[in-house]
Amino acid sequence: MYRYDEFDHRFVRERVGQFRDQVERRLGGELSEAEFKPLRLMNGVYLQLHAYMLRVAIPYGTLSSAQMRRLAEIADTYDKGYAHFTTRQNVQYNWPKLKDMPDLLDDLADVEMHAIQTSGNCIRNVTTDQWAGVAADEVADPRPVCELLRQWSSLHPEFSFLPRKFKIAVTGAPRDRAAVAVHDIGLRMHVNADGARGWEVLAGGGQGRTPMIAITVREFLPEAELLGYLEAVMRVYNLHGRRDNKYKARIKILVHELGADAFRAQVEAEYAKLGSPTVDVEQRELERISAYFAPPVYDELDETCVPFELAKNENREFAWWVKSNVSAHKVSGYAIVNISLKPTGGIPGDATSQQMFVVADLAEQYSHAEIRVTHRQNLVLPDVRLSDLYTLWIELNSAELATANVGLIGDIVACPGLDYCALATARSIPIAQDVSERFEDLKRQHDIGSLTINISGCINACGHHHVGHIGILGLDKKGEEFYQITLGGSSDENASIGTILGPGFAGDQVADAIETIVETYLGLRADDEPFIETYRRVGAKPFKEALYETA
Amino acid sequence: MSGKILTANRVNDGDVVFFTSDHQWSLRISDALFAEDEAVLELLEDQLRLAETGTEVTDAYVFDAEKFDGVLRPRHIRERIRTLGPTVRADLGKQSNGTGGAFSAVS
Amino acid sequence: MRLLKNGEFFEDTWLTLDNEEAVPQGADILVSAERLQAEFGTLMLHNGRLGVVVANDRAVDDIADYLEVIDTVVLEFPSFTDGRAYSQARKLRGSLKFRGGLRATGNVLPDQLAFMRQCGFDTFEVNGRFGLDVWQRAVTAMTLTYQGGYVPDRGFAPADVWSARAGNADDTLRSDFEEIWTA
Ligand code: SF4
Repeated sequence: MYRYDEFDHRFVRERVGQFRDQVERRLGGELSEAEFKPLRLMNGVYLQLHAYMLRVAIPYGTLSSAQMRRLAEIADTYDKGYAHFTTRQNVQYNWPKLKDMPDLLDDLADVEMHAIQTSGNCIRNVTTDQWAGVAADEVADPRPVCELLRQWSSLHPEFSFLPRKFKIAVTGAPRDRAAVAVHDIGLRMHVNADGARGWEVLAGGGQGRTPMIAITVREFLPEAELLGYLEAVMRVYNLHGRRDNKYKARIKILVHELGADAFRAQVEAEYAKLGSPTVDVEQRELERISAYFAPPVYDELDETCVPFELAKNENREFAWWVKSNVSAHKVSGYAIVNISLKPTGGIPGDATSQQMFVVADLAEQYSHAEIRVTHRQNLVLPDVRLSDLYTLWIELNSAELATANVGLIGDIVACPGLDYCALATARSIPIAQDVSERFEDLKRQHDIGSLTINISGCINACGHHHVGHIGILGLDKKGEEFYQITLGGSSDENASIGTILGPGFAGDQVADAIETIVETYLGLRADDEPFIETYRRVGAKPFKEALYETA
Repeated sequence: MSGKILTANRVNDGDVVFFTSDHQWSLRISDALFAEDEAVLELLEDQLRLAETGTEVTDAYVFDAEKFDGVLRPRHIRERIRTLGPTVRADLGKQSNGTGGAFSAVS
Repeated sequence: MRLLKNGEFFEDTWLTLDNEEAVPQGADILVSAERLQAEFGTLMLHNGRLGVVVANDRAVDDIADYLEVIDTVVLEFPSFTDGRAYSQARKLRGSLKFRGGLRATGNVLPDQLAFMRQCGFDTFEVNGRFGLDVWQRAVTAMTLTYQGGYVPDRGFAPADVWSARAGNADDTLRSDFEEIWTA
């Protein structure tokens, strides 16, 4: 993975120093809250329901064991012994004190991490496929370009006060695990007939109160033109994005109001005027970065591993875990291990410092000291030998990290909701806990198969409910929490926005409603047809009838 | 009995605080000045404006509360959770150290 | 209001004229882009310096034809969170190749000064709230930038990381900055 050089180190240290100065000026009364707020936000510091919250960037979701250990230490030193992994591959601390923040950021800088631009109306942490570099279906590892974009967007002089926040997602594989179609800009790698790499540029996707699927602005942009082209897109948005209404300020509204063709034309006109990009990166810089992402040295292993097969036959629980949590690796004899942060009745995405230390150790022992964070709030050990899977599983089990539900109904995504978030209209976590307890039976989960549930505690949609196969949105009706259910959302290469089924439900009725939906699906599915395909085949009607008209 | 309470977060550590009758900020809702009439409410609103420019607290606002048997309880679930701590972690927040309030967040 | 330029404060001697106001002989004047377009024939003969104020919802391309005789362009930050003028400035300095004075007005604060300079502003309309030391500290807090092309050609500028990596010694040396602040 990428390592800072002297410049990256100095840049982040200076940024911490600058923030230290800003915090001192705030505490000393020189800066008002109105002036300080945008500055703290540019460093990921929010004020939440109970306390400050710090969001730390995990660039493109890749962490080393040393970094994970430091995140755990920070949870113990400055917080309350746990951290929350988010739907944007970041990590959040819920209780840090403002006066400690500069020291905390210095501790992060020691391990080449920061909180730059994890909030504010600027270009946010770039996200990507959690299996980047190891996925069997990948064209190429997208992370060198992600790192280039991280540097290019850090404290960008022109694009730090945009109309609204700006999120970029990148995928190097045809199976889209990065949800590029619901981002402000999505980048999808292609190789053309001459074997040259390029990027499909999508823009104007998003969630929130107006969910939209992105349009393709360019089908194939040669890689060397990427930064210049992005500059043109960003400039059009910075100049013309709406600033009169914060709910209409995202780029998706500009794309929608102009229309796809007019937006494309504006970008192309701006790009043509550019001549050369303001920030020009020589090919050798991309090569320098790419060298850090060279694959590790893999052992030459057989495609099958007999002891592993035996263990699967002998231990049903292990077999289940392998089925749901282990994925195909591009190198023979290796596997990708997905660690569920969704124990039954647990808080989605939360990990104790103890668990984080364990994951750091296991990564060191079994996975080239590398860890990934997924946008479904789970963790990944990307490089595990088949022959190590059983021992690894035992060790994960003793840290309560071996729940065999990744991709299944128990693997629920939920934002912090009203238990933590100042903007929430309802709680999300208790709903996730209820539903996961209702479907506690692993055999039943495996029988139901691939199914995503996403829960947001307000219309901001941090829980990505619009793109959950089943989406749950928490709202407030005269001081009472109630929940709206959508069906048919998806964030993959066939992205779609879910449809609202009908009137909402009280909190204690949600698990029943989900069960009705699932039973309806099981009655309708053909053979092994996954939920989303059944839904696409039969539509919302049978589910609506089952939910609302049976009484 | 219903009335209003002035709340904010302390700037240096972010803790939730309530404005008290001796014009301090307290961590406990039980210390809060409970405005049941116009005059006290005006005082809270003056203090709110003061708080906006000061350095001790931030994000001050007034919320609806009620008083039964001497216990102050926020009307809205949001404020009750904010006063107690996360409903999913009884070991965290004011509820964990006795500075919360003698009420439940959800009922 | 006074002006911050080249590391010092100056009195603002420019006159901002309403669209109807008579043009005083010999004075340095600022007019709106509308007036510039409507009265360019007479304004170009004015015997003081000529500047134009461009609102931030207006395309700077509109004044492209007049840039040769214009001394100063003034761009507005109605609030420091409204960042349109950064892109206007970048276009003026970039594709429009404007080399005259570029002034920022409105909600200009120390914490944004570095970004403004990098986008090409060289003059800043400021109130008396902050001393020179505060402005200087704000500009010199970061000695490095990843956006090399935005580095201005005058005054203190952070060194360009990517160019420094490519072995350009100038860029590593630039970070000895103290005396450059006033250049
Ligand atoms: S969706 Fe709403 S409640 Fe949930 S984290 Fe986002 S802003 Fe908070």
